[in-house]
Amino acid sequence: MSAGPHYTPYHPRWYRRHVSVWWWLQNRSYTRFVLRELTSVFVAFFAVVYLWQLRALAQGPEAYGQFLARLKTPFFLALDAVAFLFVLFHAITWFNLTPKAMVVRLRGKRVPDWVVVGSNYAAWLVVSGAVAFILLRG
Amino acid sequence: MVERITPLLWLLFSAGGTVAALLFPIHLFLTGLAFPLGWLEAPRYEFLHRLLTHPVTRLYLLVLISLPLFHWAHRFRYTLYDGLQLKHLTVLIAVLCYGAALVGTAMTAYLLWTIR
Repeated sequence: MSAGPHYTPYHPRWYRRHVSVWWWLQNRSYTRFVLRELTSVFVAFFAVVYLWQLRALAQGPEAYGQFLARLKTPFFLALDAVAFLFVLFHAITWFNLTPKAMVVRLRGKRVPDWVVVGSNYAAWLVVSGAVAFILLRG
Repeated sequence: MVERITPLLWLLFSAGGTVAALLFPIHLFLTGLAFPLGWLEAPRYEFLHRLLTHPVTRLYLLVLISLPLFHWAHRFRYTLYDGLQLKHLTVLIAVLCYGAALVGTAMTAYLLWTIR
């Protein structure tokens, strides 16, 4: 017995318009979208900075001093300033999007979007205040 | 495989996004700008080290570092697909992104576990 019949699949050349890698620069809302997506790079950058600080703290006072000194260099100051803007952009877009991603119901009624967004900002304020309060005591 | 655990990855993405949105601006402002520029005084080593002896601080740092790394992994993966049109490298990109987040998490957990 031979193997089953051999079919030649019909495979037309697909029509694909060539899209430039810079497609997102052609339109403001596309640019905003890609910038928002890129915030994740700065989120990761800062997570790594915190990991680095943790390692310095584990190694001792000298390593922690070096960590603090390194953050004072123009390179890190510039990077941190840019990262701060991107992280802010992430926070604001994230808070504003939550009512669209998650519908909150209370006693069968949909909680209005502005209440959800507002409570996000309120939580942000409280949490930021608490973090600053703790870190500034030392 | 990647498709099967996508709901979990999305959950990590959204939890990490929330952690980063709520906590990163203040931490980054203080550690990255206010302390190095001398606007505010950086915490002393003894103070932070004492904070770290508390289990709640350790759990906080694990959440603070690990979840946003997974947020990055998930979002950056799609940025590479769409932005640079790398759809054909799906598996490689997924492995590199989530792998990096896993390595970061393991390093954080190890440091938090062994610090004294």
